[in-house]
Amino acid sequence: MNRFKLLYGSSIVVLAALAAALGAALVLTAIGASPVDTFVTIFTGPFKDVFGLTEILVRAVPLILVALGIAIAFRSGIINIGAEGQMLIGILAATATALALPAWPKAVLLPLVILAGAAGGAFWAAIAGTLRARLGVNEILSTVMLNYIAAQFYTFFLRGPMIDPGELETGSGTPQSMRLPEAAFLDRLVPGTRLHMGLILALVLCVCVWFLLWRTTWGFRLRAAGAEAKAARYAGINVPGSLVAAMCLSGAFAGIAGAVEVSGVHHRAIENITSGYGFAGIVVALFGALHPAGIVPAAFFFGLLLVGSDMTQRSAGVPANMILVLMGVLILCIVSAKMYLNNPYAQERAARFFARFRKPDAGEPS
Amino acid sequence: MSHDLVYNILSLGVPFSVALLLASLGEMFNQRAGVFNLGCEGIMCMGAFLGFLPAFYLKTGPLAPYGIVIGFAVAAAAGVVLGLLFALVTVTFRAEQGIAGIGLQMLGWGVAGTLFRHFVGGVTGVEGLAAWAIPGLSRIPFLGGILFNHNPMVYIAFLMVPASWYLLFKTPWGLKVRAAGTEPRAADSMGINVNRVRYQALMVGGAMAGLGGAYLSLCQAKMFADDLVAGRGFIAVALVYFGRWSPLGVLGGALLFSLAQSLQLAIQVAGIKFPYEFAVMLPYVLVILVLSLARKARMRGPTHLGVPFNREMRY
Repeated sequence: MNRFKLLYGSSIVVLAALAAALGAALVLTAIGASPVDTFVTIFTGPFKDVFGLTEILVRAVPLILVALGIAIAFRSGIINIGAEGQMLIGILAATATALALPAWPKAVLLPLVILAGAAGGAFWAAIAGTLRARLGVNEILSTVMLNYIAAQFYTFFLRGPMIDPGELETGSGTPQSMRLPEAAFLDRLVPGTRLHMGLILALVLCVCVWFLLWRTTWGFRLRAAGAEAKAARYAGINVPGSLVAAMCLSGAFAGIAGAVEVSGVHHRAIENITSGYGFAGIVVALFGALHPAGIVPAAFFFGLLLVGSDMTQRSAGVPANMILVLMGVLILCIVSAKMYLNNPYAQERAARFFARFRKPDAGEPS
Repeated sequence: MSHDLVYNILSLGVPFSVALLLASLGEMFNQRAGVFNLGCEGIMCMGAFLGFLPAFYLKTGPLAPYGIVIGFAVAAAAGVVLGLLFALVTVTFRAEQGIAGIGLQMLGWGVAGTLFRHFVGGVTGVEGLAAWAIPGLSRIPFLGGILFNHNPMVYIAFLMVPASWYLLFKTPWGLKVRAAGTEPRAADSMGINVNRVRYQALMVGGAMAGLGGAYLSLCQAKMFADDLVAGRGFIAVALVYFGRWSPLGVLGGALLFSLAQSLQLAIQVAGIKFPYEFAVMLPYVLVILVLSLARKARMRGPTHLGVPFNREMRY
């Protein structure tokens, strides 16, 4: 049965992707662009030069980190829509740390900056987690509201206490923080591009998350609380506690994504720094089946989509908002398909369907 | 605070509440029927854009006087279509409603943003609806200006409060909706098609969210922008919790939040020394506070909110 589940599952992913492409093609036709040309640009454009290739990886880094966090939360039975806000608070904390300790050596400062980012994100997520565990506040609503609040905090700090004094002198009016000290930079992997060490960090953290969730008792408890809260409670698992823990961990990953973005790519806190990674991360996590092994390829795929859609905006004038249409349809398809994936009757029907295409093995009655 | 300031806050707050009121009344039907429609935000975005588009194109020409009416009709129709899509995903395919809602939000946001860039481009305004002072009532000192000197959509929205109360509590359809959200199995054994009722409720809710979005672009902002809805769809969902799934409670919630919003504007206009960003935060903080305090309200809510109905399943 398992073999069919895999086959069936992957065919559903393909169908979801086709549906998303169809949805996007409709919108593209409505604005008078050629869907084929646009898709060709999206999927081949980034592969034309080294810069495009590394940009895919640059985009994949925050996507992997955010999606890991979201997967941890979802697996533990709490829905975290707040990665966007958690990233912003993580960026604030990381930037503040780096700017406060400019003279510290790199070996100390860099880990400290990333930890500060994690702490910031964890703190912001803990608000929603605690409200859910203690007061029963719907975490989807609270994390969405916290996103808006974090965005205001972020602009407040960028325009106020953390603004670059140089900006005030030249009066350029773009709110941004001072440049981080060089000791807080993540090294570039390929000189001349923006690809940085964060990629390796993200991949290492992937393995850590897999180990934590599937190879430790604590991770088992988190997943048990998420899969069947009632049974977990009878088994003596502290379900509210595990919700808060999962949410903190989830927020910490979003915060790390923010810290890595600021110290690896931009080197200062700027406006619109998250570029929607918080929401794209949800799609990546779902597309990657909430598992680290799925999240990595999904993140590369969405990195490609993001770079490609930027290229279509520049070359063909197709707005980059287009990507939201694709992601929205993908989410709707994936969550719809899940019910069939988990439904034994549907699986049986699928097994019979696929069995028709299988050559009967020798000795097996056909 | 001076008398004028209070008057300004109140008279601004009433029309501000309309978009929230329409969307959350619609969401109330969804939730009463047992569906948690977080896609409200996306439906509002589409409503705001598709309502704006006809009014924008019909600025001149023979149809010009009807541009706004056509806009509202198109927005409501778009809301029904998106409501049907959400029903297909959450009722028929029994998908996780919270995440599906985020998907619908992205879809609505993305489609509206993409089409807007192409068909309209930059910031362009529309005429909007003129205020229509109710004869007699608008002369009442103080209250007249606050309550009875607005554009017709404001009155329509406020009339929808008693109308949806009647629909929900005094008609057979309202009974079916409430049964579908509270006792779907019992409703099913009484011969009510639970899933069909949920489809209908989602269509009604979608139409109202579409109207709410169109109100934002046609009457409140008189233009469209990518971030016009700014989370009002999510706030509308939260207001339904706050209002304990009753039309009057929802009205109270919508007024409370729009007053917070007009207070925020008044703070800025009055030049009071208070960081602008914290003023903008105010309504969102209020939502979280209210949700935390409204814990006990859940006891009166639909018990099967968010639970897909499946005849074959025992639960």
